[in-house]
Order: sequence, then C-alpha cells, then structure tokens
Amino acid sequence: MKTFKRIAVMIIAAAMVFGMVAAFGSAQTKADEGIVAGLICLHDENSTYDLNFINAFKEACEARGLVEGETYFITTNIPEGQECYEEAMNMVDRGCTCVFADSFGHEDYMIEAAKEVPEVQFCHATGTKAHTENLPNYHNAFASIYEGRFMAGVAAGLKLNEMIESGAITEDEAKMGYVGAYTYAEVISGYTSFYLGAKSVCPSVTMEVTFTGSWYDETKEKEGAQMLINNGCVLISQHADSMGAPTACEAAGVPDVSYNGSTISAAPNTFIISSRINWAPYYTYVMDCVAAGEAIDADWTGTIETGSVELTEVNEAVAAEGTQAVLDDVKAKLQAGELQVFDTATFTVEGAALDSYLADVDTDPEYTPDTEVIADGAFHESQFRSAPYFDLQIDGISLLDTAF
Amino acid sequence: MNKVPLIHISRRKDIVWYRAWLVRIIAVVLALVVCGLITMVMTGLDPIKVYAAMIDGTFGTARRVWMLLQNIAILLCISIALAPAFRMRFWNLGGDGQALMGALGAAAVMILLGDKIPNWLLILVMVVVSIAAGAFWAVIPAFFKARWNTNETLFTLMMNYVAIQLVAFFVIVWEVPKGAGKIGIINQNSNAGWFPQIGGSKYLLNVIIVAILTIVMFIYMKYSKHGYELSVVGESEPTARYVGIKVRKVIIRTMVLSGALCGVAGLLLVGGTDHTLTTTLVGGRGFTGVMVAWLAKFNPVFMVITSFLIVFLQRGATEITTTFGLNQSYGDIITGIILFFIIGCEFFLNYRINFRKSHKEVA
Repeated sequence: MKTFKRIAVMIIAAAMVFGMVAAFGSAQTKADEGIVAGLICLHDENSTYDLNFINAFKEACEARGLVEGETYFITTNIPEGQECYEEAMNMVDRGCTCVFADSFGHEDYMIEAAKEVPEVQFCHATGTKAHTENLPNYHNAFASIYEGRFMAGVAAGLKLNEMIESGAITEDEAKMGYVGAYTYAEVISGYTSFYLGAKSVCPSVTMEVTFTGSWYDETKEKEGAQMLINNGCVLISQHADSMGAPTACEAAGVPDVSYNGSTISAAPNTFIISSRINWAPYYTYVMDCVAAGEAIDADWTGTIETGSVELTEVNEAVAAEGTQAVLDDVKAKLQAGELQVFDTATFTVEGAALDSYLADVDTDPEYTPDTEVIADGAFHESQFRSAPYFDLQIDGISLLDTAF
Repeated sequence: MNKVPLIHISRRKDIVWYRAWLVRIIAVVLALVVCGLITMVMTGLDPIKVYAAMIDGTFGTARRVWMLLQNIAILLCISIALAPAFRMRFWNLGGDGQALMGALGAAAVMILLGDKIPNWLLILVMVVVSIAAGAFWAVIPAFFKARWNTNETLFTLMMNYVAIQLVAFFVIVWEVPKGAGKIGIINQNSNAGWFPQIGGSKYLLNVIIVAILTIVMFIYMKYSKHGYELSVVGESEPTARYVGIKVRKVIIRTMVLSGALCGVAGLLLVGGTDHTLTTTLVGGRGFTGVMVAWLAKFNPVFMVITSFLIVFLQRGATEITTTFGLNQSYGDIITGIILFFIIGCEFFLNYRINFRKSHKEVA
C-alpha cells in the first residue's frame, strides 16, 4: 500500500510537470495580432446547425492567418450546462482573447465566465441577455434571418403555385408542414416569416407545425416530418438541426425547404432552397474589435447587407421555374425597405389585425411583456435585441402540439 | 488423441499484491502503445504529443486541476453511493435517476422558495429535500425487492427513465424564457441557494464534502455492524437469515443510504456548482459509477483512484479533440481502448490461462 502510494504520487507529480511544460509550449505560439479565438459547439459537424458555425468560424479565423490548435480552437459536444462554463474557462486557459458559443442554452454559463474573466470577450450567438446584463465583455449576436426565411418561403410558395397549376393539388390543398424544436420565439419567428413568404405569392396556403422538444433529434425530426406528410402536407420545412426532416422528405418525394445550409447531397430530388445565417461576418467583426481594442456591441444583428443572411443556390431540378428571378426581386425590396416581413397588413391574430404588441424582450422568469414592438404598420423584429422575440400565433398556422 | 485441451482457464487463488499491480501497469502501458499505433495510423499525429495534450488538458492550469477535482468528487460521490448496494449484491443501476431526483429536489426548492426564506434556511431545506428525493427513488425498487423479490436490476434501470422524464417535464414548467426548453442558471443574480464558496474556490466545498463522505463510507463498510450485515446478505441470504439478520430491513436500509448519497451528488451539482437543472445534468455518471465501484472492488479508497482515471480519460479525450481538430469519437475510441485493457487485465488477475504442455512432457 505504501509503495503504491509513493508510485501514485510520483506519477501525479510527473504528470503535472509534463502539463506545465506543455502549457508553456502552447503559450509561445500566438499570432502577432494577439488574437486567439475559441468556439464552443453544442454538437459536432453532423448537426447542420453546428456545422454552419464551424465552417464560418474556420473561414473567419483562417482569413486572418489563425491556425487550428494554436491560435484558434473548436470544441464540440458541449452540453448546455456547467460543461459550457468549464469549456469557456478552458478556452481562457488556452490563451483565447475571444470565446464564442453557438447554442442558445449556453448563455448563462458564458455570462458566468464573463463575470470571472473581464479581460476576455465572450460572445454568444442567439442569446437574449446581453442588453440587460451590462457586462462590458459579454455580447449577443443574431441575424435578421426572418428575411432569409421569408425569401425561402417565397420559393416554397412558388413551388406550391406550380403544383396548383399542374393540377397536382387544389388551392385548398396547399398545406405546408413545419418541424420545429421548441415553442420558443426564435422558432415561432422563423416559421411565421417562412409562412408569410409563401403566403405573399400563394394566398391560399396554410401550415401545420409540430415540435420535437429538442434542437437535435434525428429520429423525432424524421417522425415529425413523416407525420406532417401523412397529414397531407405537400411541402416541408424545418427548424431543428439534424438531417431528419430532409431525409424523410427525400424518402417520401415531398419537396423540402431546408435551414442552416444546403441539404442537397442527402435530398437531391426534393431539396428546393435553404436559408442560413453566415456567422463569418460576425466573427470577423468581433476579432477586428479585439485587435483594435474597440468595444463590441452588446447586441449585433447581421443583415442581408452584412452578408449574414444568405440563401443557398436554388435547386433547379425541384424549384418552380423562375424562382431565382423572383427571389432577386424580393431581396432587392427587402434591402430597400419597400417590403417588411412582419407587415401587420399581411397577417391577423384571431381574425384581427394588430396595431400594438408588448413583447418579452428583457428575459425574466415571469415572461413579463415589456416592450412595444409594433410601429409604422410592422412588427419590428430584432430591433430591441438581436435574438427574435416574435411569438404571436397568427391565423393560417395551426400548431399540432405545444407540449414543448 | 490428446484429451487435454489446447487452452484451459482456471481460477487464480491468490496473487501477490505487487504482481497484481505489475499486471495492471503492464495493461496500461500496452493500452497506451495500442492507442499510439492507432493514432499514428489513423490520424498521422505524434502519439507522444497526443498524450501530452491529454495531460495538459487535465493538469495544465490550476483551474483545470480544480475542475478535475470537482468532476472526481461528483463521480466518486455516486460511486460510493452504489458501493454498499453492490456489496450486498443488490445491483443498483439507478444512480443516474437517484442523483437526478436529488437535483430536481434541490432545484425545486431554489426556484420555489428562492426569495422567500433566508439563505441558510433555504440551503438546509435543499439538503433535506434532495436527500429525501434520492432516497425515495432508491427505496421504491428496494421495497419491491424485499417484499416480492422483484428484479432490482431492471427496476432501478427503468426508474432512471422515469426520473429523466420528470426532470424534462419540470424543465418545461420552469423554462426561461418562454418556450426555450431550458431553465438556465437558477437565481443567477441573487445567488439564493448557492452554496457558499470557501477559500475563494467554487469547488473546494464539494471536494471536502465528498472526501468526508468517502472516509465515512469506508469506515461504515469495513468496521460497522451495518457494513458487516450487508456483506453477509450479499454472500448468502440463507446464512444471513440463519444468523438472525433481518434481510428485508438490511436491503431497504442500504438502499435508503445508497439513494440518499446519490441525492447528495445531485444536491452538490445543483447547489454547489452547476446551479441548474437539465436532463443531462448527471450525464451517465450513475453508470460510470458502476464501473468505478467494480474496478475498485467496492473499496471507497480505491475508488478515488479509479474515478480519477475515468475523469482523466474523459477530460483528456475532450482536450485532444479540441487541440487537434478531431471528432469527439476519436477521443471516445482512445478512452474505450484504455478501459478495455484495464478491465481486461482484471481477468488475468482472477484467472490463469493454462496452455497444453508439449507432447514430450506429457509422454
């Protein structure tokens, strides 16, 4: 026993020396700009959502000459719990000057890390609390992805019109299905803007929404899409992050409007188009600020102009003819401000048009509505904070389940 | 015809302690060599650098050492909770669920009573509720086992899923913001119900509590009458009955203890460090704890070493995937190989492999 203890102590001591040598070695390889960046991901590259972040992060880092494993780090499969705080602190120990997290549930742990290490910038995508936390080194970011969803919805509406014209379905049968994760504002804002896009070209469209209760659950997403198809939905879209819905659509031969990036490789015969947030402009913005020693916005909303809101290429084999031309036109109108996604003239809630709505912009456990968000005939999304807060149930969309 | 088989396996009676440890060390070295070869072939990386990154990721900074200690503490707490049940041959596979129920209890108190009662009372209520919740979750299968001799392996296993669903339900009830499907950090600004920090460290209190519990459990199992009774029940129920031990009572008493300690693990997670409730909070440690307890042969002191090993491998795996841009599965492969060798060597410690002796000798 005694001998064993002695051996154990020696092993631990040797390991610690090893560790210090290794830590010292890694501290010497920093870029001249002084930027070391870290990205914390909820899942890995098998999730379309995380892949979108990973690709953008690599692109932004490599554009400024950072090297993976030396001056930029990506860590995957970090749950939305204390593990996120631990990984954020590990990033600090790796010498990071800015740390990013990609999942909504990482927010509170990033805040804890930001409180503890004021000299490092912590940036959290999709979060809601930066504008009320008042921490100079904690920031939220999102993009006006509802504009991208709207455009993707237009492509869906055109496809429905083509199906109606060819006699495949009647006007009343123009029903879309949507697989969502949670009944959370980000998802509601997403499917509503998608629906309004489709409705802008196909007035008779209706939509059914189902929720999986998880941001990533391939089986549930597949089953959800299949259930919607069985319900008579002729076109599917989704806001959950696996390949579940696209593969179900491909198997059933039902067209799919995807999210987070192209899923054409898995669904060549049903993929129409996908909207996505390109996070590279945000990463570049933050790293520019860190390099120049400038303050970073507490809330940063990427737009079509910043290159943050993107559409993939239209899959000509599935999309309706002339889709690209219409999308170019819609995009120009959105950019010019001629077209508002949440124009209150285009939707009703319980049969009535809205002229006032208090949204829950400042996050609190009681969900207190606190900010008037309707002005000049439109719901102003992502203006009072970057993350979406549109959570109205508009007419034409029916929720099949709201357990989550 | 030769009647002696080529290989036959016989039970090894006694193995000298230093030879046992020699076998274990050889197993670890072999595992490292195999992992190194696989690393070189599959990724083209220098295996020495990979091992250095694992060590750096675990010990590289003071903070990492603290996180190591914290993760050992929680895993150890669940492992020592399982040990008495295992010694009694009661296969408690419900550590995850029992710890999760403890966490649920603590979180419920923090959320519902957070601003209503003074902090010391709040923490006291948390302690009582989470221990009671963990014990309650363990005593249900124990009662059925004692009363109707139901299969405790399946029963405790299934109770995990019930606990996960209960937690999932309450996460939706208490979610912030609306529809988000997560609670986030509870009382992040008021810190109500957060355990006090001692010595400026978030983790020290948890480490101290678990260290004390480990010593107490060691004494309880080795020197107390209860510890002796549960060993006898484990060896042979008829013998236990013959010498006048009330078997039912021992089963229920031991499982209350087991569940209560799992509840403490949940309490330490919610009150001490994580301050949240998620379905992944315990993260399979109820099952990892089974391995920790078995590898240490239910000796709480050896469990410190085996839980260190497991936590080190997990942390190291994350570190190498981050440093070298590999998929997490790669880290899991390395962990799997090392554990395979370590568990495999226990076979050679318990059994001897006899090869058939050559013909001439037989003749």
